[in-house]
Amino acid sequence: MTELGLRLAVSLAQIAAVMGIVMLTVLFLTLAERKVLGWMQDRMGPMEVGPYGILQPIADAIKLFFKEDIIPAGANKFLFSMAPILALVPALIGFAVIPFGPDQTIKVFGISVKPFVISDINIGILYILAFTSIGAYGIILGGWASNSKYSLLGGLRSAAQIISYELNVGLAIVGVLIMAGSLSLVKITEAQAGGFWHWYVFAFPAPQIFAFVVFVISSVAETNRVPFDLPEAESELVAGFFTEYSGMRFAFFFLAEYANMVLVSCVAAAMFLGGWNAPYPGTILGLLGLESFAWAEGVAWFTVKVYGFLFLFFWLRATLPRLRYDQLMKFGWKVMLPIALGNIVVTALAVFIYQQMK
Amino acid sequence: MAQLFFGYFAGVIALTAVLVVALKNPIYSALSLLVMFFHVAGLYVTLHAEFLAAVQIIVYAGAILVLYLFVVMLLNVKRDDRYHGQWRIAGFVCIPLLLEFMILLAGGIAASPGPVPAESTGGVTGGNTLAIGETLFSTYLFPFEVASLILLVAMIGAIILAKRDVGGDAPQ
Repeated sequence: MTELGLRLAVSLAQIAAVMGIVMLTVLFLTLAERKVLGWMQDRMGPMEVGPYGILQPIADAIKLFFKEDIIPAGANKFLFSMAPILALVPALIGFAVIPFGPDQTIKVFGISVKPFVISDINIGILYILAFTSIGAYGIILGGWASNSKYSLLGGLRSAAQIISYELNVGLAIVGVLIMAGSLSLVKITEAQAGGFWHWYVFAFPAPQIFAFVVFVISSVAETNRVPFDLPEAESELVAGFFTEYSGMRFAFFFLAEYANMVLVSCVAAAMFLGGWNAPYPGTILGLLGLESFAWAEGVAWFTVKVYGFLFLFFWLRATLPRLRYDQLMKFGWKVMLPIALGNIVVTALAVFIYQQMK
Repeated sequence: MAQLFFGYFAGVIALTAVLVVALKNPIYSALSLLVMFFHVAGLYVTLHAEFLAAVQIIVYAGAILVLYLFVVMLLNVKRDDRYHGQWRIAGFVCIPLLLEFMILLAGGIAASPGPVPAESTGGVTGGNTLAIGETLFSTYLFPFEVASLILLVAMIGAIILAKRDVGGDAPQ
């Protein structure tokens, strides 16, 4: 029983650490987005709070925390309060299977712990897909429960969009799964060790470039970001599904969107760009004789890749105009889906022939 | 421990399944169905069928139920009482079913005590997905292909039905 208690304590500590890092990242992202957008539009971004505006996220958090919490008349109170939680929890739960660093085991009080992944389950990637699809409920129910036509339209758009693009995300990663032969993100990442030519975007029998492009575009659509932010299109729907939300409930939706961005960036880095593997074989710290600190390099590379993706999100937002709704659907079903399906066929054939030749 | 989990999942599944048809608000019914899907997935996990559990959530909770909600919201049915005045028909159908079920159950207990299927699935840890794939594409290849063909036909049918209205002068 003490061992069970110890395991529980260690797991809880890991969860707390990952949650803390994710929340800090989200906090940082809110500032980074405004700064990056500002620079791209030739202005400074927030400059007032703290030196160079770096305390802006904290000011925003305090503001949201003390805002009045309004539940509109005629809203469904239960679902109105449930929806933000339903949106945020799936976004955070997905981080449980992301490998942030090398697959090492350390001993803590006699039990072995993997410090860089909370839980290495065999169906890791399916687990993430399952929970990101649950996140749609928060948006749909939030839209419906608000008892407002703008919210409802936003929720409905989101439902259609998430179903369409979730399919493309799922199909895009099948090529990687064929090549890795595993659903565990830890194993998929490990199979990409030894230089950037082993990463699945470039890997030999069937480079997953097309799948990667489909995955990135579909992830942007799934996280409701520009240019696919139809559910919250401010020029037509006020703010879409969270029009009626204020205070902390609004903050939950906001956090969920950013946490989802971080999550899909982590998945993209782990599946296509080698996760924590450096783009060269081995590690520099290992060469210098600091083998026991090589994990730091892995974690640093993972961070660099994830932030690269997050920057891409901002870049897209600053560059592209919003799609029209029928364009969005047409693009998803008539362009992305055939590419993803074709990629599966080509990858399967290539891997089969490659295995026969060996 | 396993019994305890089974009891919990089975209990919640039964309860939410009843709630799906008993609740008056269709949105609540759909949510109750969502809870049920999750507990069915939990049941799969206790049986060491993680792959099925994940697929259960992705397909049913993540896609099909979202479509249900979509339709329910689009129609905006408020508390609809039409489907709740059918006790006579329901009783007429359910009582014979219940009797049959009890007879079957009584016969089943008498005939065989039910040898507990040991954890033979997978064998190797992590071979769960592999095992399902191999069985599906060897032993059950024919049923699998037939099922996919039926789904394809259904899909084509749905597209044809939906497309008829686009022509402009569709018969209302």
